[in-house]
Amino acid sequence: MPSDDALVMATVAPDIEPGAARLVWRAFAENRGAVVGLVVMAVLVLLAVFADFVAPHSPIEQFRQHFLAPPFFQAGGSTEFLLGTDDVGRDILSRLIYGARLSLLIGLAVVALALSLGTVLGLTAAFSGGVVDTAIMRLMDILLVFPSLLLAIVIVAILGPGLFNAMIAVAIVSLPGYTRLSRAAALSELARDYVTATRCAGAGRLRLMFDTVLPNCMAPLIVQASLGFASAILDAAALGFLGLGAQPPTPEWGTMLSSAMQFYQRAWWLLAWPGLAILMTVLAFNLAGDGLRDALDPKLKR
Amino acid sequence: MLRFVLRRIGLIVPTFIGVTFISFMLIHAVPGDPIEVLAGEHGISPARHAELMHQYGFDRPLWQQFVSYDVGLVEGHLGTSMVTHASVWSEFVQLFPATIELATCAILFATVIGMPLGVLAAVRRGSVFDYGLMSLSVTGASMPIFWLGLMMILIFSVALGWTPVSGQIGDAYYVPQVTGFMLIDSLFSDDQGAFWSAVSHLILPTMVLGTVPLAVVARMTRSSMLEVLGEDYVRTARAKGLSGPRVVVVHALRNALIPIVTVIGLQVGALLSGAILTETIFSWPGVGHWLVNSVYQRDYAVLQGGVLLVASVVMLVNLGVDLTYGVLNPRIRR
Amino acid sequence: MPLLEIRNLAVTFATGRGPLRAVDGVDVDVEEGEILCVVGESGSGKSVSMLAVMGLIAHPGRVTADRMRFGATDLLGISPRERRRLVGRDIAMIFQEPMSSLNPCYSVGWQIGEMLRTHHAVPERQVRDRTVELLDQVGIPAPATRLRAFPHQLSGGMNQRVMIAMSIACNPRLLIADEPTTALDVTIQKQILELLVGLQRSRGMGLVLITHDMGVVAETAQRVQVMYAGQVREERETDALFAAPRDPYTAALLDALPERAIGRRRLPTIPGVVPGIDDRPTGCLFNPRCRFATERCVREPPAFAGPPGARTRCHYPLDEQGVPTNDHPLRMASVA
Repeated sequence: MPSDDALVMATVAPDIEPGAARLVWRAFAENRGAVVGLVVMAVLVLLAVFADFVAPHSPIEQFRQHFLAPPFFQAGGSTEFLLGTDDVGRDILSRLIYGARLSLLIGLAVVALALSLGTVLGLTAAFSGGVVDTAIMRLMDILLVFPSLLLAIVIVAILGPGLFNAMIAVAIVSLPGYTRLSRAAALSELARDYVTATRCAGAGRLRLMFDTVLPNCMAPLIVQASLGFASAILDAAALGFLGLGAQPPTPEWGTMLSSAMQFYQRAWWLLAWPGLAILMTVLAFNLAGDGLRDALDPKLKR
Repeated sequence: MLRFVLRRIGLIVPTFIGVTFISFMLIHAVPGDPIEVLAGEHGISPARHAELMHQYGFDRPLWQQFVSYDVGLVEGHLGTSMVTHASVWSEFVQLFPATIELATCAILFATVIGMPLGVLAAVRRGSVFDYGLMSLSVTGASMPIFWLGLMMILIFSVALGWTPVSGQIGDAYYVPQVTGFMLIDSLFSDDQGAFWSAVSHLILPTMVLGTVPLAVVARMTRSSMLEVLGEDYVRTARAKGLSGPRVVVVHALRNALIPIVTVIGLQVGALLSGAILTETIFSWPGVGHWLVNSVYQRDYAVLQGGVLLVASVVMLVNLGVDLTYGVLNPRIRR
Repeated sequence: MPLLEIRNLAVTFATGRGPLRAVDGVDVDVEEGEILCVVGESGSGKSVSMLAVMGLIAHPGRVTADRMRFGATDLLGISPRERRRLVGRDIAMIFQEPMSSLNPCYSVGWQIGEMLRTHHAVPERQVRDRTVELLDQVGIPAPATRLRAFPHQLSGGMNQRVMIAMSIACNPRLLIADEPTTALDVTIQKQILELLVGLQRSRGMGLVLITHDMGVVAETAQRVQVMYAGQVREERETDALFAAPRDPYTAALLDALPERAIGRRRLPTIPGVVPGIDDRPTGCLFNPRCRFATERCVREPPAFAGPPGARTRCHYPLDEQGVPTNDHPLRMASVA
């Protein structure tokens, strides 16, 4: 008997491609460190925004009876001042929380300034080519020759100490990174066909720069920005530690450390907590930034 | 090969001129005119002011001043400290060896520990060791080293008493300056314990300054090795029947070294930045401490000259890295 | 005793989306001095199976087999040290991309010398002369001047000759060539193939030539193995395979050759794509793309069976006219 098999052609249902953003999120979420970083970042933002409600005390109120009180778990400490108080009786925990607000603002301001200026410079260099390109890149080379902290110190020496000037200094120091990155990304995009096509369609240079090419350069710039957030906080804290950044009684973490130095033998908590806060914040941003970079990288190194 | 070297040297000349320009502008950028700045807090009478302006040539057009500044540089005039009245150059030369000593030890620390760790992490990819190293590495890169230094002093010097608190050598020792490098000079001095005192004073500062380079080197080594280990020629090497260690060290590492060495060389800028903080914390008598003090004391002459000298050092090191790269990578020699 | 004898080789990779069987139930036999061609599309597992023989499959791949013998040596139970002694000396392998398969930091003379030194093929003072001799044997002009050359200074064809010299340096009994000419210019391809076959003949080596080019197969092979999606589909003497392929996949491959399409208006192709990890068909792996697939093909994976020297993995192997046998509906229809 002939078999009752009929001729068949099997078909395979195609898998629906998930959107790009969701793919990036999925890759990001696989990296445990990056997720932890993101969570800590979120906590910090919440603390900064709701500092007025979360902080047990005011950051500048001095409790004369309680100066140099140790943290609550050490003899002589109390739960009223969980992390202890400083030499004029201010609550460390409250100062730390308000310091978070400052640090996040610093990071945001520095990155916003450096990113926007750097991107404009980089795109201009890539699009103009020739003398303009060489001039801009030379300027960046010169900036890069100076050790970053030294350059920041020089700028602050000129402008005068203070939080605002420190932010400008750190922004200028980070400028070459964004400029080079945006120029490199723009150059590789410029070589692509879709740009030639847009140019043939009559798009003007400005339109080409910002509407067409820039959106496609965003990925590395975003990664650089998130990592730049971390180094901005670190550099501003270093300036504060040297006395060249935020001035006392501003509760910036680096500034708190510089005032704490003279008491390091008597009151270890004045030193420990602000530095730990800096470390955790910078670490969180670095972890998240690294995770973002790995997630956006097409050749995922598994 | 010689052409390659000359070409590289030629490339840095314009950058150097730009650096001198920034250094030159320093005094002019500070509020007030240069004579007022140099006079500092003492103040100065209008007559003397005009006299000095003419004497130093500050009433000439800016570009003329810049040219004579550069000419002066070539002749070796880097200015005079407003505080100590010693020449900036002589102060720099006296203090720089201490910074070199510290920075060299830090980079050796970072390389000797970081590279093997990175290689091991790459070879044992995905293992607990790998994850552990990566976590430590990102922590190290995020570390505020001014805080780390203070905490280490607190723990190891104050609480445990294992290491000294500050300085380059114990107060009890007098070591005549021969080379300027305390380790070498103390070896040659008459004092028995001088050398070990110098070593013990170096331990904490080296570890603190070397923290960030260590993290960077370990991570860079790992990622460079990972990339190289996936290359075709590594597969060929294994197909030749070579032993695992030989494949890793002779075939893979040699190629992985190229980006690693570049990164190590480029760490010099970060090292000098870190040295500023490390020297401040440990009262290490180096250039970083000197420059920070000059800001506190408004000694702009020192700041101007010192910044230029430091930048020149960085440029020379970058040049060295470039040339070494040419040696390691035969492909770019032509 | 066969030079290489493999039974039921399987190589599985653990991926994020589940295990991937890159090689599935493959048997390989190579006799002394024989040329075997392994042919298939990309993703057919032809390279992976030979990499498994060399011990070059890295984590996360797993190699299993019922039997894997090289001459008298059992490759399955071998210690890493013994394997390192065997690999390079008795079994050698050359790869597809000569430009990237040589270490860019060392000269070609040094790399060939390393082979001689590692396996103690010659005393130290003879290494240089032997290297020059090898370079000469692979047809590199003025070999003594090339010793210090770096791979990036040589062309692709020259680099591949260097690779061949390196692989035959210790007089291996078996040489595996993984698509040695694919990355080269057409004019050089012929030269390299002739070189390989010439060396094989003069040294009596076994040669396993992996390729996707049927033209190469026709010119060089004595026996052919056709692979698809990790499995062997047909194994025949070359002439017999080209004259009357028994496997539908082989027949479709041959039909797609431009040389065979003379007189037809359209060049036949094989519809569909090679299955990846997500879309592995049930039953016979080729059934979604096979002209003659039936419901049995979807239900039941065929075994690799048939008369010796003419085995296929198909329920309905083709006869000389290209019509499926074994009660296939088409045959029944034409008979009826």
